[in-house]
Amino acid sequence: MILLPCPWCGLRDSEEFGYVGEPRGRPNPLTTTTEQWRDYLYLRRNAAGWTTERWYHRMGCRRYLLVERDTTTNVVRPAGQVAPEPEP
Amino acid sequence: MAEAGRRGRRHGAARYSALALLKHGVVDHPWAPAWRTHELKRTYDVVIIGGGIHGLATAYYLARNHGITDVAVLDKGYLGGGGSGANTAILRSNYLTPEGVRFYDRSLELYRGLAADLNFNVMFSRKGHLTLAHSDSSLRTMRWRAEVNKVCGVDSEVIGPPDVQRLVPQMDVTDEARYPILGALYHPPGGIIRHDAVVWGYARAADSLGVHLHQDTEVTGIDVSAGKVQGVRTTRGDISAPLVVNATAGWATLVADLAGVRLPVQTFPLQAAVTEPVKPFLRTVVVSGTLHVYVSQTARGELVFGASVDPFASYSTRGSLEFTEGLAGHVLALMPGLAKLRLLRQWAGLCDMTPDFAPIMGPTGVDGFLVDVGWGTYGFKAGPVAGETMAECVASGRPPELIASFGLDRFAQGRLVGEKGAAAVGH
Repeated sequence: MILLPCPWCGLRDSEEFGYVGEPRGRPNPLTTTTEQWRDYLYLRRNAAGWTTERWYHRMGCRRYLLVERDTTTNVVRPAGQVAPEPEP
Repeated sequence: MAEAGRRGRRHGAARYSALALLKHGVVDHPWAPAWRTHELKRTYDVVIIGGGIHGLATAYYLARNHGITDVAVLDKGYLGGGGSGANTAILRSNYLTPEGVRFYDRSLELYRGLAADLNFNVMFSRKGHLTLAHSDSSLRTMRWRAEVNKVCGVDSEVIGPPDVQRLVPQMDVTDEARYPILGALYHPPGGIIRHDAVVWGYARAADSLGVHLHQDTEVTGIDVSAGKVQGVRTTRGDISAPLVVNATAGWATLVADLAGVRLPVQTFPLQAAVTEPVKPFLRTVVVSGTLHVYVSQTARGELVFGASVDPFASYSTRGSLEFTEGLAGHVLALMPGLAKLRLLRQWAGLCDMTPDFAPIMGPTGVDGFLVDVGWGTYGFKAGPVAGETMAECVASGRPPELIASFGLDRFAQGRLVGEKGAAAVGH
């Protein structure tokens, strides 16, 4: 079971959340080029390692939150805690 | 060119045959290795990154169909150790779009002749493939698929619950089922195959045509200058090559990043599990898109269960208890009689998902750097045709008609393929 730190509800099972993904800036549709818009729609970093990502607490407070997750191990920590974890 | 290739079993790999088997049984003599190891050369005409079915098939068809044999296949682990060994080995061609149907049907055609072509028993068993409909909307999509399939010459039809019962007597087709079965898409040419044998067969055949297979050789960099690929850097030394093919799965974006090419791909794990072996009872492959599950019985009698991809992107291949519970529940909803069956093990493979559930094949913005990636949950069944078309693409410099709609530029141009209806879960 993967626990996600919801800033409002505490540690909760990841099943309660919807995965949104990497936060990206939405370009202004009125001024953007087609290429920029396609990049915004389709391109992701897809990093192997620590990423910051958005989740939606759909079965809880129904608010969006940021967490940091290592995509190679699924270890999760609250966003903003930048220092690397000490090696076990 | 094809003739030259066929003549050229240059390095004289011994033919496998019943006679050879008998001889080895009588005389205590070890089998020769199926492929050789080589020193890493400093230059190759073509470097293929990824020693799975796609990379090996590309190398094989490059050598056989186009006479290009100065080819290196690099794998950071062992051959077939990635997606080629983690898939559930289901073959079918009943897709939704005409592009998809034609493409996967060519793959099935190659699979049908593969054992003879490679002189390797790949154990293709054409059991038939059944996709269940639990709702009016999925029945409607299946009618659509069946019609597209028929137009493309693919054997596929919608059948009702009595026919489903006849094909799989263990299935609960009553109205009492938690997810009642309204009908199914029946695709007789589908089936299962021994996925390791396909990898080994291609590796052996490519090796005998002069291709160098390098295991434990991780690519750490791709040299690009003036928009043209110059070669690759590996953990065993540098190689200069004018053509580099990225045929990886799970790591496709990481490898493409090395060449400065961004791919619209996100990597998700897909979990699968296998039960203890039991007597053969399940003839067809059974798929339920609604329940996110597919079931088949192997030649050894084990039931192989697969799911859809996990709900969030990850490179972790650790299984989870939630998955096992959910999967077991879904299988039992279809076949309650399996309640006492025990799971032997579970695993996960990495799926490179694209926005339109179709692969990305052909040239990139970097001259000489080609991709055969984004194979999501449908890469294994496409292995032979992907190899054949990528080999043609490498040899001629142009993507052949069969894969013209799968180019990387389709995303910028808004020409998405839209194969989700038949590829999202369906296996």
